[in-house]
Amino acid sequence: MTEEIIIAGFGGQGVLSMGKILAYSGIMQNQEVSWLPSYGPEMRGGTANVTVIVSDERISSPTLTTFDTAIILNQQSMDKFEHSVKPGGVLLYDPNGIIHHPKRKDITIYEVKAAKLAAEMGNTKIFNMVVLGAYMKIKPIVKLENVIKGLKKSLPERYHKLIPLNEDAITMGMNNVTKI
Amino acid sequence: MGELKLMKGNEALAEAAIRAGVDGYFGYPITPQSEVIEYLMAEKPYERTGMVVLQAESEVASINMLYGGGGTGKKVMTSSSSPGISLMQEGLSYLAGAEIPCVVANVVRGGPGLGDIQPAQSDYFQSVKGGGHGDYRLIVLAPSSVQEMSDFVPLAFDLAFKYRTPALIISDGLIGQMMEKVELFDQIPRLTDEEVIKRHPWATNGKPVGGERRILTSLDLDPHKLESHNWHLQAKYKTIEENEVRFEMLHCEDAEYIIVAYGSSARIAQKSIQLAREKGIKVGLLRPITLWPFPKKPIDELTKRGIKGFLSVEMSAGQMIEDVKLVVEGRTKVEHFGRYGGVIHSPEQVLEALEQKIIGG
Repeated sequence: MTEEIIIAGFGGQGVLSMGKILAYSGIMQNQEVSWLPSYGPEMRGGTANVTVIVSDERISSPTLTTFDTAIILNQQSMDKFEHSVKPGGVLLYDPNGIIHHPKRKDITIYEVKAAKLAAEMGNTKIFNMVVLGAYMKIKPIVKLENVIKGLKKSLPERYHKLIPLNEDAITMGMNNVTKI
Repeated sequence: MGELKLMKGNEALAEAAIRAGVDGYFGYPITPQSEVIEYLMAEKPYERTGMVVLQAESEVASINMLYGGGGTGKKVMTSSSSPGISLMQEGLSYLAGAEIPCVVANVVRGGPGLGDIQPAQSDYFQSVKGGGHGDYRLIVLAPSSVQEMSDFVPLAFDLAFKYRTPALIISDGLIGQMMEKVELFDQIPRLTDEEVIKRHPWATNGKPVGGERRILTSLDLDPHKLESHNWHLQAKYKTIEENEVRFEMLHCEDAEYIIVAYGSSARIAQKSIQLAREKGIKVGLLRPITLWPFPKKPIDELTKRGIKGFLSVEMSAGQMIEDVKLVVEGRTKVEHFGRYGGVIHSPEQVLEALEQKIIGG
């Protein structure tokens, strides 16, 4: 199994940390992982994206032009990455702020209203975990228990009290993803 | 099994410096390698092992701190990115001339000049052909994963001390910024002062009672003496060439074509090879791990075996290709492909270049 993912949105949405949690979860289940962010001036206030690969085998190129899954969280990223999904692949997006919805017929498109759900839960910071939950429902490549283990390993001890909230957000995402 | 972590290449390099028992790190921040000094400052290695971490006033100061610290037989290290490494070239020449061991890491970015902060491999010439003045060589190791960013730190120190010469770890913004799974090696204890004195009889850490004065210098105004010193250096470099070549071969057994690539280009090329083999093109990868000494023998053997062509893939305008050509000597086709100035080639572009320049050309 090799899953090649691009996660793209605005800087500050938690795009990079969502990728990191995914990568950490892969390590927790003894898989090979790579996490490559876009870095440089474009990150400040602009778009941010990260390529994550989770695989049972040694990972070749950490930089890619086509993906099994694209997780798209703003219009600029939709314009840039809708066409990068491999035929038969998956596109997951939050319709919040999207004007031009994806049109491709050769891929499976899902939506999760993560920004709205996170706001309803009273904490917009867990937005990315709602999106992660939606992704985990579509492609259960990482197990919830391993995500929690990964969170415990990657978060400093003082933030561990927030893990149940993150778990709720993941469940919220899992229960609210719809195929378009 | 050692501790498993998800780390950036730069962080793995920094953690490896602590675990390798380094005595002093002297550096100056520059993108895309600033995480090295950031990590070291945050990790407070002084409390863990007694290791000194110092932000110098410039790259020129850092490299000369290596001359001073390394001269006493201590394990010393610095890191920077291309423009900063250019500033260190004078110091590297002096270190090589005075035969002082040390480790320098270059996380390469696009050039020339101040360039940009994106990944590049355009410092190959500077690294392997002698970026400073005089006849000298550096041992040059090219990691292509975060794991190797960690593993090559103790290896670089072993080689630097074995041959009393500076060793360079050359990666780029991609390897430095990328996170991967890394298995950390166990802490290697720092040597005590007594152990340093006993182990390195050349080091300038005090004249022993009844012993000879120790002088570390690259200056000798007598040309005949300087020529003998150069003969000694050249003999040492020959020994290194004979004993320390490192490389990796993938899918070469049945290959008709070979991609030669190091560092991040070697990672990208592995995907290109996968795509090529899906189309029935038999191509393999030769990955130099030591850029100097360059793996001449495997390229010669592949040429003798009748390889139809070599494609040197580098994020540069074509630098390593010269070393490939020096081995092939016109016996088969050798071409270059690469994007540069901070642009990273895609696996598909590498495959297209192979088809057009080598197979179809």
